[in-house]
Formats: sequence, structure tokens, C-alpha cells
Amino acid sequence: MKYLDEYRDPALARRLVAEIRRSATQPWVLMEICGGQTHTLVKYGIEELLGSRIELVHGPGCPVCVTPLEILDKAIAIASIPRVIFVSYGDMLRVPGSHSDLFRVKAAGGDVRIAYSPMDALRLARENPQRPVVFFAVGFETTAPANSTAVWQAKREGLLNFSMLVSHVLVPPAIRLLLEQSANRVQGFIAPGHVCTVMGYEEYEELAARYKVPFVVGGFEPLDLLEAILLLVRQLEEGRAQVENQYVRSVSRGGNEAARRRMVEVFEVVDRNWRGIGPIAQSGYRLRPDYAAFDAEKVFGVETISAPEPPECISALVLQGLKKPVDCPVFGSRCTPATPMGAPMVSSEGACAIYYQYRRHTAPAGAIT
Amino acid sequence: MRFATVRFGGVTRQACLDFVPEAQCGDYVIVHVGFAISRVDAEEAQRTYRLLEEMEALEEEPGALEAELGKDGA
Repeated sequence: MKYLDEYRDPALARRLVAEIRRSATQPWVLMEICGGQTHTLVKYGIEELLGSRIELVHGPGCPVCVTPLEILDKAIAIASIPRVIFVSYGDMLRVPGSHSDLFRVKAAGGDVRIAYSPMDALRLARENPQRPVVFFAVGFETTAPANSTAVWQAKREGLLNFSMLVSHVLVPPAIRLLLEQSANRVQGFIAPGHVCTVMGYEEYEELAARYKVPFVVGGFEPLDLLEAILLLVRQLEEGRAQVENQYVRSVSRGGNEAARRRMVEVFEVVDRNWRGIGPIAQSGYRLRPDYAAFDAEKVFGVETISAPEPPECISALVLQGLKKPVDCPVFGSRCTPATPMGAPMVSSEGACAIYYQYRRHTAPAGAIT
Repeated sequence: MRFATVRFGGVTRQACLDFVPEAQCGDYVIVHVGFAISRVDAEEAQRTYRLLEEMEALEEEPGALEAELGKDGA
């Protein structure tokens, strides 16, 4: 398909790889934020091609992985209420909550449905006016324009049986947290191309200037990521810390203004808990008071549910790029996509699940069952 | 709200165009959860190839780029 196939060309990839290897004269640690980028990097074995000087670590940009336990418990509580139609992106159904998951709620008779778009949930609300329809709105900035539009449209139509359980998070506050940790090893970042398609990259210019680290806004195909890595290596070798945009076919500095206007109309910035990481100030969205009638936490009275994070796995360290999935003693043995102990083993954007799918051969001997 | 039929390889879906008011029939858009979030800039899409030209790596195999560009009609 146009704009995809040409960014997967092996001959061109080899040239970029050779140039990266030539340009790197010393070791550099780079992080891609977005789980979609992690997927491409691991699937195509890109890190192995780059030589010993470039280390790639994987960031917290997997929405399923960072959705906190208490939100899952709230989702499970709402989905278990008789007559509720609970609508979610498919990945969320297998994520373990404190005691259950949404698949088990469905197996026990709950009406849990998988949707591709929040507009599917809106259609269900129109078709089932006598039943409450709740959409599980998780995601980063990329998903916020769609999710905010569903609520905005529900209000316009007076669809009062529609509500949304919101767990939205923002990328820049999480990067700031990583950069302020003394254990941080990351020297350059591939900024998430689709988040920046919506938000632009001015926020990353502030981060680059303040923390003296380079960012390259990158796309999702192998050539995109190789080019982003090359631009980062060149910046690091030259001692620069700027924001460059590799994904120019989609991203402009100002982002998508129409999308951001809609998000700001519906959502407001709030402190959020991140699974495995903890609370991060001003790191997510909730519905504005004007939209309280569509806030599922208020509609179903689940605001007070809380849940302590169990120390069941090392996902906190994986999500912060401090450990690789294969460093975990239960990776590929007790923890697999079929029996996940932590969220990164569930999602197709979760580092553990991606490693399990493509890189089991690098697990410690004896870890694979 | 404005919707369009979008073809993803062999799959066809409806996508909301509220955030790409400039999109026209025949354009390429990036769609996320049922919403187009950008219209792909055809000119900028060639930039990776320009980078490769700068590297002068293309001199080794000049036919590869022409074949690529010919294939996507650019």
C-alpha cells in the first residue's frame, strides 16, 4: 500500500543501517516512547542490526499497560451491573484487575463488547435507548480527539444513556518523570509520531531545551525509525539537543488544531496514576464539569474504588526503560500472553508481549515453557 | 459530522473527517480509532529518499529509487 510499502524497503533500510553504524562513534542509549514503534523495532529486529554502540530501550507509550489497576477495577464493577452494555477496545479485556478481568465478566454473563471506534459505542447507545452504554476511554493524545468527539456528540444528541470511563494519559509528563530520575540512562528520544500528529511538538522543544536531550519525531515503519535513529545519533555525536521531525508526512509543529480544540472543549488536564509508575502530576485528562452527566465514574458511583499495585512483576521497570522484558524471571514461563501477570504482556503494544512474540530466543535459558 | 469511506489495503471502513476538513476524495489519510487525524503530505513523504540522496548512498544503486517512485506513482 502506498506510504507503507516504500517505508519497508530492505535495500534502503540497509543503507540507513550502514550510515547509523558509521555515525555512532560511542555508545548511545535511545528510547522510543510509543508501543507501536516498539512493535516495529522488535518485529524487524532493528536493534540487532545497529551494532553494539546503539542500545534501544522501550518507553511507557502503551495505553493498555499504563492504565491503573483501580480503573480496571472500576471498569469491571460497571460492566458487572445488569443491563449495562460495556464497550471497550479489545486489548483491555484480558488485562488483569485486582481479582478479575473483563473477559471473565463477559463469561459470567456481562454484556461486554469490543469496539474499533468510540463511535461504535455511540451507535449502540442510539440503538439501545433503554440501556446504559459505557465506553472505556483509555489512551494517549492520539485517541483523545476520537474519544472526546464521542462525548461531545452524545451531548449534542442528548444521548443520556451514554457515558464514558475516562483513563487518558499524556506523554510529555511521563518523559519529564523519566528524565528527572537519577537512574535514567536515556540520552535521546524518538517522539511518538501519532501523538505529535495531534499535539505538534512544541512541548518536546521545551523538554529538549530544559533537559538537554535530543528528540526526533518518528513514524512507524522500519525506514521511519531508522531515519529517526540516524538523526538522533547525529545530534548526539554533534552535541546538539534539538527537536527534529522525521515524520513530516503526518506531523507539523503545531499539530492538528481542529482535533486539539475538540479535546480541550471536552477534557481538562488532571493528575493521573500510571500503572507500574505511580501518580504523575498533570499527566492525563478527565471530562470537564460540563460533561459530568457523561462521566461513568459519577453515573455509577465508582469514584472511590482504589486498588494497591501488587508487586507481581517488573513491569514498572520495563515501562521506564530500566529493564528489558527478558530480564524478568517469570517472562515466558509463568507470564505469557495467555496468562499475563502484568499489562505489558497483554497488549500488542506492550514490550513484554512484543518480545514474547518476536524475541523469545533471547530469553534466559530455561525460561520458555 | 463528515464521514468518508477509507480503503486500508483490502479493508474498507468509515472514518470521521472532522479533523481533516481539507481532505478530498483520493487523498491518503492516517486513521486512528475511526477518525482521520492527518492528511498525508505527498511531497514530504519523499523526504526519506532525499535524506538517502544526501548520504550519496543512492549512487550505488540508482535504479532502486526510480523503481520505488515509479511504483507509488509519485
